[in-house]
Amino acid sequence: MKLTLKIWRQKNSNDKGAFVSYPMGNVNPDMSMLECLDVLNETLTERGEEPVAFEHDCREGICGSCGFMINGVAHGPERATTVCQLTMRHFKDGDELVLEPWRAHAFPFLKDLCVDRRAFDRIIAAGGYVSVSTGNAPDANAIPVGKDIADQAMDAAACIGCGACVAACPNAAAALFTGAKVAHLSVLPQGKVEADRRALAMVAQMNEEGFGNCTNIGECTGVCPKSIPLQVIARMNRDFFRASLKRRDEPATTITPVYDWKVKTQ
Amino acid sequence: MTLDSKVPSGPIEKAWEKTRFDLKLVNPANKRKHTLIVVGSGLAGASAAATLGELGYNVKCFCFQDSPRRAHSIAAQGGINAAKNYQNDGDSVYRLFYDTVKGGDFRAREANVYRLAEISVHIIDQCVAQGVPFAREYGGALTNRSFGGAQVSRTFYARGQTGQQLLLGAYQALERQARAGTVAMYPRTEMLDLIVIDGKARGIVTRHLVTGEIQTHFADAVILGTGGYGNVYYLSTNAKGSNATAIWRAHKRGALFANPCFTQIHPTCIPVSGDYQSKLTLMSESLRNDGRIWVPLKKGDKRPPNEIPEAERDYYLERRYPSFGNLVPRDVASRNAKAVCDEGRGVGETGLGVYLDFSDAIARLGRHVIEERYGNLFDMYQRITDEDPYQVPMRIYPAIHYTMGGLWVDYQLQSTIPGLFVIGEANFSDHGANRLGASALMQGLSDGYFIIPYTVGDYIASNKFAKVDASHPEAQAALACVRQMTEKLLSIRGKRTVDSFHRELGKIMWDYCGMSRNAEGLKKAIGEIRQLREEYWQNVNVPGSDDDINQSLEKAGRVADFFELGELMCIDALERNESCGGHFREEYQTPDGEAQRDDEHYSYAAAWGYRGPGNPPDVYKEPLEFHYVHPSQRSYK
Repeated sequence: MKLTLKIWRQKNSNDKGAFVSYPMGNVNPDMSMLECLDVLNETLTERGEEPVAFEHDCREGICGSCGFMINGVAHGPERATTVCQLTMRHFKDGDELVLEPWRAHAFPFLKDLCVDRRAFDRIIAAGGYVSVSTGNAPDANAIPVGKDIADQAMDAAACIGCGACVAACPNAAAALFTGAKVAHLSVLPQGKVEADRRALAMVAQMNEEGFGNCTNIGECTGVCPKSIPLQVIARMNRDFFRASLKRRDEPATTITPVYDWKVKTQ
Repeated sequence: MTLDSKVPSGPIEKAWEKTRFDLKLVNPANKRKHTLIVVGSGLAGASAAATLGELGYNVKCFCFQDSPRRAHSIAAQGGINAAKNYQNDGDSVYRLFYDTVKGGDFRAREANVYRLAEISVHIIDQCVAQGVPFAREYGGALTNRSFGGAQVSRTFYARGQTGQQLLLGAYQALERQARAGTVAMYPRTEMLDLIVIDGKARGIVTRHLVTGEIQTHFADAVILGTGGYGNVYYLSTNAKGSNATAIWRAHKRGALFANPCFTQIHPTCIPVSGDYQSKLTLMSESLRNDGRIWVPLKKGDKRPPNEIPEAERDYYLERRYPSFGNLVPRDVASRNAKAVCDEGRGVGETGLGVYLDFSDAIARLGRHVIEERYGNLFDMYQRITDEDPYQVPMRIYPAIHYTMGGLWVDYQLQSTIPGLFVIGEANFSDHGANRLGASALMQGLSDGYFIIPYTVGDYIASNKFAKVDASHPEAQAALACVRQMTEKLLSIRGKRTVDSFHRELGKIMWDYCGMSRNAEGLKKAIGEIRQLREEYWQNVNVPGSDDDINQSLEKAGRVADFFELGELMCIDALERNESCGGHFREEYQTPDGEAQRDDEHYSYAAAWGYRGPGNPPDVYKEPLEFHYVHPSQRSYK
């Protein structure tokens, strides 16, 4: 089939950037969106032009590297599907696909379809874990965890950290991402112990990063490749309010976001 | 050079305990004075970096991805083995040890495997404590499933996303240390060389994948957890970015590379559909618990599967291996799939596929049970193939999945370069010639959480470290080497893309050094690889510059290494005149087509040394001794 890819090309954050249209002659309906970009990039390279930079790694929909907007929808038209698993059979002959990167203040632009998502790592670093050092663990069956609870935790833990939720949100909020980690850990007995500290710290860092506020629109869950349910946000809000009212802990500290890539060697 | 495995004398059950006691310790207050470099942030790298950080070392952790959470461990689906015997079905540390040595076709080091089985139980404890949401029974206890090569249920799992959940556990522990300041994380930073000073690994040269900056980093020890090299074959189940550059460049600095030809072909992957294909998608081995594998009895039977009556189907694994049935180990299942396809009984358009059929299981257990067990895998299959596996059988075919070979390490996971430790898939140690399903996650975490923290400590405590910096001639030489290679790749501006070379290399490797090999083919492959490599350095086209994101340049360096490694794999396969595990030499098979080992001549690990461009490599042999599990013809019948 024939398609036109209209792709955002921008060399770096200082460059102005523009859409460039690439007609594609021979698109096999079985190939994935990323394989379609591979084919384009081979052609561009052969023509002596720079290929389109896009993030990808596992191509199985689990690493969370890939993702861009297709005609305004994060990860494209198929529900619960990352662009690496989106096959071209979902488009019609003659379609024009507009590809552009995630756009959010907290995801600084890098090149073409690539952005910097280190903000997510810093939110996890703020408290997205159980504070248990290696060697500290009791026998795995010592604390029973009901199947329903384990399933609930797993539903939230399935998040791949791709950033589609932020890109889809009119407020560029990271509530679904942060809520997913809060919900995963705070329903489990192992994670309950520090649920208050976790909610306060992660929310504080999320705000520090410059993500917008959640206004319960629900675009995030609609585009989420893992269908993380909206309830995780409610869970985060509940944990956060409860912890705020208790005021048992020191106020949460945050770290300042780093946007440049200057490497420190020592 | 003689290879000292450093396995302690005495009974194997006490080997690790004895070693741990003998290893020297570093005073808690002194730990922070020592910098350690960890390259890679998968299960092995992340767990090592986090644990070393917890202990108080000053850790620098590097990964080429934008976040440590992207490492390819995340894609492991099926599960992780542990000898917990929660199912009361006869499992024990000794049985897991036995199964793994036998599964590896008697080409692994016994003491390492025993330790792995011993540590397996602690891994599950640690992961549960971190909040890994393993599957549970209604009563709250952990549940298990069975996997190939075992007759007990010892595999713990989190739906079809076990690798993801274990990696996120390790990643979260890593981020906790990053926040605590014990670990400095360097994402989008690729290791391109190892700095060896006075015979010890003291640092690495990196290229930053956003700014293009080439830099040196120094430490008292370097730990590589950079994964396997399955992408030599271009098409594999590995992530696109998975590469051998870190281990290969360490090899060129003196680390021996052991058993490079031991590669694992996974039996259940979605078949190739066209030339554009960029990677192969795995369908978890756990599917073989409930799916039945078959092909039509008749050659060239083109009827749709549902119209082929029961009597005209050949459930060839159940027929040939009645006691293990569909749960034979991966190497056996793969070889049999190839054999029936070679006979002309393969299914699908290309004839390179066999059916994995769930209709019996659905009839027996109900669709909801199958959905709960494998729902996400079925969805993935449907997304890719546009076929509904609840209605029609899946089509599957073997694909390159894992590499058992890797840098040679002793019992303490130290390579032949002092101070260079290698963990996870990047080393060669635990799986012999064939890895059992659900054992890779176990090994990565065992190495990272529970072994390296002890053995690195001993190395630090036993050595003195002179201060070194970028001005050292060895550091300057390594830097120059990396700069020169980058400039060279960018200056060729030939006619062919990096991918076109990589595809061609992959095809040579798959045809001659894949599921079955023979001397003639391997010799031919070596010639073709050399020729193609020569063309590569004359005619590759790497567009762009070196001062920003340049994905072609990243690939170009990795493919350059794959050429050299691919050749070594063929040399190793040619030298090993026997069949064992995943290494099947057509000349050496039993009358009924099973792998025929030659224990008299080949019961060793072949560790190869690099001798400069154009020179044939040296081989050093570490003899393998089996005091506990006596080598026998592996039988799953």
